[in-house]
Amino acid sequence: MSRETYVNIALALLLLAIPFAALQWGSPFYVTLATRMAILALAAVGLNLALGLGGLVSFGHAAFFGVGGYAAGILASHAFNMQPLNLGIVSFAGTNSMLVIWLVAILVAGLLALLIGLISLRTSGVYFIMITLAFAQMTYYFAISWPAYGGEDGLSILVRNQFPGINTMVPLSFFLLCYGVLIAVLILFAFLRDSRFGAALQASRQNEVRVASVGIAPFRIRLAAFVLSGMITALAGALYADLNRFVSPSMMSWHMSGEFIVLIVLGGVGRLYGPVAGAMLFVMVEFLLGGMTDRWQFFLGLGLLAVVLFARGGIVGALAGKVRHG
Amino acid sequence: MAEPVLSLKGVSKSFGALKATENVSLDLYPGEIHALIGPNGAGKSTLIHQIAGTLRPDTGEISFLGERIDGLKVAERARRGLGRSFQVSSLAPEFSALRNVMLAVQSVQGSSFRFFKPVLSDRSLVDPAMEALARVGLQDRARVPAAELSHGERRQLEIAIALALGSKAFLLDEPMAGMGPEGSKALTGFLSELREEAPILLVEHDMDAVFALADRISVLVYGRVIASGSVDEVRADPEVRRAYLGDE
Repeated sequence: MSRETYVNIALALLLLAIPFAALQWGSPFYVTLATRMAILALAAVGLNLALGLGGLVSFGHAAFFGVGGYAAGILASHAFNMQPLNLGIVSFAGTNSMLVIWLVAILVAGLLALLIGLISLRTSGVYFIMITLAFAQMTYYFAISWPAYGGEDGLSILVRNQFPGINTMVPLSFFLLCYGVLIAVLILFAFLRDSRFGAALQASRQNEVRVASVGIAPFRIRLAAFVLSGMITALAGALYADLNRFVSPSMMSWHMSGEFIVLIVLGGVGRLYGPVAGAMLFVMVEFLLGGMTDRWQFFLGLGLLAVVLFARGGIVGALAGKVRHG
Repeated sequence: MAEPVLSLKGVSKSFGALKATENVSLDLYPGEIHALIGPNGAGKSTLIHQIAGTLRPDTGEISFLGERIDGLKVAERARRGLGRSFQVSSLAPEFSALRNVMLAVQSVQGSSFRFFKPVLSDRSLVDPAMEALARVGLQDRARVPAAELSHGERRQLEIAIALALGSKAFLLDEPMAGMGPEGSKALTGFLSELREEAPILLVEHDMDAVFALADRISVLVYGRVIASGSVDEVRADPEVRRAYLGDE
């Protein structure tokens, strides 16, 4: 096994250990903190597919995160009111089933990502960053100005949605559910990275002309990556809404998009467990320093600066060394 | 004579007032090495770019295997069998030599939309890639990242990629550049045999190599073909001597 594999296993076990240790020491609040780590990590794993493997610096992934959140919120609210969700031609009953909510979140986000990708992927560099940001801000303002689902005030989910065989209101159970989803998606990410698709995607980041010269059109590869990436982040959004039992437009704000990028840079761009390491550090720093000072982000900024200057590979890079592509 | 594999008719390209390519017509026939020579800035690379598709000609026709390709994108031209090496090596720097070639093999086999099977344990990708590397003598360097290969090795790697593509014509832009005398001698021998597999349009500054290899030579000066013919004809052409070969 490579050193990175050991680092990954250690990170996975560390995250799993936090809630159990918390309950052992009688601080159940830390279970929620660990759940937050897992969900933010999942959102960043999604972005890492586009940003890390594909070099697509999307500054608009909060849009997908928010779409996932609103899928959970809207479907749950209709289930609560017993009023069908009317979309003109068709109408659906609301639902409390996470599996259905996840499916809806993934499909809607996939369509949105397809639309955004078709336009934004025709550009690159700063223009790509700005277009993805612009689309995310559009969804943000759309959510604010949509009074049916709370507008600026957001939308509460009274009871956490349900998953077969699990009482999701028990914090540890909900953590384990989120953790399970995270691990499953990490496995999916590893397969994608090592597949033909992953090879074409990573090569497109390194040298677009080379990829085209062997007869592979980079645009389609990137579009597929962008769509998959948005879907994963939307899944995280649905879980995040259930964690807080609340969704609001802030899930779609550009701060959120920025936070995902920060997580990845902290943890290691393109590394399988980069987002996990980044999310664990981020949430911990936010909690520990946030308790002492409102200006904790100043220290986060210093940390980020140190990573960018001295440890380009992020936490995983520092622990496991450079990537070797076999 | 047989049908040309690659045929340019009246190709022109301007950048503002600069005529980089002016009414260039040339053919590449099966089994030949057609060398394209000319002083720096004559527009050789610009012409290669137009054939490969990274630049669009303003006017003129480019046909490949009997079909017009000037409207097609780079990837589509490559899929039809136009293999290319770059003047400045263009590789995926983080990928090993092997993975660079595997990318070509994967393209030839069809879809890159396969999401699960790991490439490194896929013999249908690794074996043909290793074979192509062995043909250019890079088999021992297969696992070295492209960024860590020497200049000459990167050139060889580009040719290995073009081989793996099963190219029906090769566009080689200064394949000898940066190679030592040993390396360029070996490469000369290799290219000489390669022409049997597919014809080569060769841009090269190394005149020894050009005279040793070329079946025909076209001389490009200020974007125009000023002479085209066999090695001896071109060598004897007074205009070429004046414009390019100098006091030789």
